Amino acid sequence: MLAALRCVIHRDLLLATRRSSDVLTVLLFFVIVVSLFPLGIGPDPALLRTIAPGVVWVAALLASMLALNRMFAADHADGTLEQMLLGATPLGMTVAAKVFAHWLISGLPLVLISPVLALQFDFPQELLGVLALSLALGTPILSLIGAIGAALTLGLRGGGALLSLLVLPLYVPVLIIGAGAVEAAASGLGGQAQLLLLGGLLVFAGAFAPWAAAVALRISVE
Amino acid sequence: MEKTSGVPSLEALDLHCTRGERTLFKGLAFTLRGGELLRIVGANGSGKTSLLRIACGLLEPTGGTVRWGGEDVRRLQEEFWSRLVYIGHANALKDDLTAAENLRVACTLAGIGARDAQIVEALRLLGLSGFERLPVRTLSQGQRRRVALARLALSETMPLWVLDEPFTALDAAAMNCVQDLIGEHVSRGAAVMYTTHHEASITAAVSLRIDLEGS
Repeated sequence: MLAALRCVIHRDLLLATRRSSDVLTVLLFFVIVVSLFPLGIGPDPALLRTIAPGVVWVAALLASMLALNRMFAADHADGTLEQMLLGATPLGMTVAAKVFAHWLISGLPLVLISPVLALQFDFPQELLGVLALSLALGTPILSLIGAIGAALTLGLRGGGALLSLLVLPLYVPVLIIGAGAVEAAASGLGGQAQLLLLGGLLVFAGAFAPWAAAVALRISVE
Repeated sequence: MEKTSGVPSLEALDLHCTRGERTLFKGLAFTLRGGELLRIVGANGSGKTSLLRIACGLLEPTGGTVRWGGEDVRRLQEEFWSRLVYIGHANALKDDLTAAENLRVACTLAGIGARDAQIVEALRLLGLSGFERLPVRTLSQGQRRRVALARLALSETMPLWVLDEPFTALDAAAMNCVQDLIGEHVSRGAAVMYTTHHEASITAAVSLRIDLEGS
């Protein structure tokens, strides 16, 4: 079973490297959105410092939504998804592996580049770690929740719009807690409480979302 | 292949399938035992693919059940699927991966551990020597079908094969090769269920046929 999971992750990463434009689109979107804010708002360091956590988090949320459509669509179109459904590995595990690969491709780059982007906001250096950590805990949750939505809307016409409507309300708590962690740290309160909450959410979503997505996939493929 | 002897039988009981408003078939029943070959015939849209998908447990029938060794396949799940090879209309190949990579992924997902040498050998058997390291994108339709079917050469231990139009896009040589693979598999004591519009001549001790027109 572990061999199958490794194989799924390896395959998705291999596909991403052979078709790197997909990966770059998400990253570029994130970079552009975040970079436009300082240009549009003007050089007021105090204001920029205040809005930085929110802007970075909203941009990360939108960027990760941009990538959601693709999570199962290609596998559905070429029949690989059917083979996963009929595989020897429980589907929930296969889905978990796919979500992990999806996060490595579309979430991890955002986490890694976020400290660099935050510098444009004159963001205090000692808080860059908190920002990256909150994203590192939060973006996998977005991928996990998004997987359920992507599975439910698979093969639907206009599924993209429906997908956004489905997952956005579920993304909001993650956004509030994630951006809140950085703001709390900036105000000197320390963001541990929010980060722990995010960690808890991640464990919860990691345990249940793949199975929910698996059930949704079985329904979609019928 | 001792593993395929004493193969549980696949039984369909009173199957009923409705797609949209149309009833494709109802009251359909069959039993497929090890060493038997079942061919589903019928015109386009008569429900051949639906029947195969129901038999695999991909599609829930409107009524009736499919059982494997006496248990509902939709309850058995992985226990059934780990012994099944399903090759559908879609080839389940990734354009950006090579033929060998695609075959390895397909085998690993199905729980078959195949060594590199076996994968090369399976592709050679299907007439794809020299194409192992090319992206599938560059292959023709027939060659893609061959890559998908190369899995059969590595699935000798799987007691049930379900093949949806395996001969589509294949030339005569490849068709003969696949027919031989199916024939050998049935003679090993495994069960094979397939549909085709081609005139296939597969030698099997017990050859069954279901005509979806009549039901």
